[in-house]
Amino acid sequence: MTWGLVFEQLLNGLQYGVMLFLMAAGLTLVLGIMNMVNLAHGSLYMVGAYLAVALTGWTGNYFAGVALALLCTLLVGMAIEVVALRTLYNRDHLDQVLATFGLILFFNELVSMIWGRGAQYASLPVWLQGHIDLFTGSRYPVYRVTILVVGLLVAILLWYVVTRTRLGMLVRAGASNRTMVGALGVNIKLLYTVVFGVGAALAGLAGLMAGPIYAVQPGMGELILIQVFVVIVIGGIGSVRGALVGAIIVGVVDTLGRAFLKPLLGSVISPPAAEAAGPALASMLIYLLMALVLAVRPAGLFPARG
Amino acid sequence: MITKRMLLWLVFVLVLVALPPLATVLGQTYYIDLVRRMLILSLAAISLNLILGYGGLVSFGHAAYLGIGAYSVGIMSFYGVASGWLQWPLAIGASALVALAIGAVSIRTSGVYFIMITLAFTQMLYYLGISLAEFGGDDGMRLKARSQFTGLVDLRDPVAFYYLALALMLFSVFLVYRIVNSRFGMVLRAAKSNDARTRAIGFSPYPYRLAAFVIAGAMCGLAGALYANHTNYITPGLMSWQQSGDLMFMVILGGMASTAGPVLGTFVLLLVEEVLKGWTEYWQAVLGPLLVLSVIFFKRGLAGMFYKPDA
Repeated sequence: MTWGLVFEQLLNGLQYGVMLFLMAAGLTLVLGIMNMVNLAHGSLYMVGAYLAVALTGWTGNYFAGVALALLCTLLVGMAIEVVALRTLYNRDHLDQVLATFGLILFFNELVSMIWGRGAQYASLPVWLQGHIDLFTGSRYPVYRVTILVVGLLVAILLWYVVTRTRLGMLVRAGASNRTMVGALGVNIKLLYTVVFGVGAALAGLAGLMAGPIYAVQPGMGELILIQVFVVIVIGGIGSVRGALVGAIIVGVVDTLGRAFLKPLLGSVISPPAAEAAGPALASMLIYLLMALVLAVRPAGLFPARG
Repeated sequence: MITKRMLLWLVFVLVLVALPPLATVLGQTYYIDLVRRMLILSLAAISLNLILGYGGLVSFGHAAYLGIGAYSVGIMSFYGVASGWLQWPLAIGASALVALAIGAVSIRTSGVYFIMITLAFTQMLYYLGISLAEFGGDDGMRLKARSQFTGLVDLRDPVAFYYLALALMLFSVFLVYRIVNSRFGMVLRAAKSNDARTRAIGFSPYPYRLAAFVIAGAMCGLAGALYANHTNYITPGLMSWQQSGDLMFMVILGGMASTAGPVLGTFVLLLVEEVLKGWTEYWQAVLGPLLVLSVIFFKRGLAGMFYKPDA
């Protein structure tokens, strides 16, 4: 195990972290402002990935495909909000979990009906396929660097919008006391739809960027969704800053755990035992982390509500 | 006095008792298998109803105990212990222990945090199941032989197994009914409807909730032991979050905090699934919106159509 390898895995962890952040930002706002548990957020991630593959093929242009896919995911998100979720805001979390669970089943099957159950191949333009040389001497894919940069840019943009604009002020006010915001004459319904649509587009962005690295297939959204919930709970519900910190922590811990836990354990206990325990422990690591954080800080690292 | 509700139960039980001979005569033994699966999953749903319906604990990880019960049976059978007298108590005990550990941490939280932390613990067990290469890992393991209850019942006989599942299901209905109408159950339900007032009259809800959580886990472990024998196959998929979601749905569809709700919900959900599967390959595309609609418009569940829920 060399430091070059550690650095490379650290970059992978950061890259996975910013993708988790793109998902978590939308979800934490929906949960914080509307008090709505939305399991179907993972479906929007999947829809984004599929639409990008289909629309890139249709237009023949990567940028056009990506832009159209983002727009369509935003519209799909707003449509879901208006048709199904709006009636659920005043229900308890149990009803929300179940209704959005039903939406997941629907979207997974819809995607299978249109594109089949097999994995789709997401292609990349030539200029994103190369590698760059790291100072450690190893080569790193340009595409992963691009994801990292795009993710960080979006994080900065979100930070600006949330802390420096009127819309962001309403969003923060909504997260700390939505009844009061409504009482002050803000059109909270419209705010909900806008926030939900933007959250959907961010999930779609994460999905379409994930496409070329992971498999584009039905059910792809659920795997990441549960990790995103871990991110939100660690970061504190309703806090965008918490989502960013939580996402980076979870991304790095998960990636490093998968890469190095087995060899590390192998140096302490017998190699066959490490062979068995390593992957199990690596998959459980972030859930252990979450249990630990909740035990110490029950409202997460950056609680939005005072 | 015979109430309408008792009459409905009587008819339901009579139909279930009459099903195996009828199905055998008509040559439709498939239905014995199908209804047996319904009975076993009803048992799991009944256990979830104890904490979800009566206790107000929205556990999104109840499938964990289904998996632990099934794996207990599978692993003992793997090491050559075939006696059900050993396997099933171990399945129940192991589930109760895990429920105690998970519950002790989770019940300190509430709301969304409780949902997420129970989900997280079950995901941990799911990944543990996947990484158990010796016991089949991701693919799961075949049960070498069904549990042996020498002298009592032979599980290889599908009809005998069916009646055992029916008896256990009915016993668990009775058990939960007795629990929720006892002093213990009253405190549990009081804590659900108003935590602060329950404290004010001198009860600390935590130990009551934890005890209910453990009882529900143990009952679901028994359902897991039955399920392993039913399918002869044990996979980590039993502990997947979709399975937890399905169990929750059975309870909600049937009607939370009602005696018959979870049974009704399980039967209807599995029947609808069966019909849709025969109709189209993409049955979940129809089931999904049906679930959404039932949550939005069917607040009191199916049991609410027959009579007023208990709580």
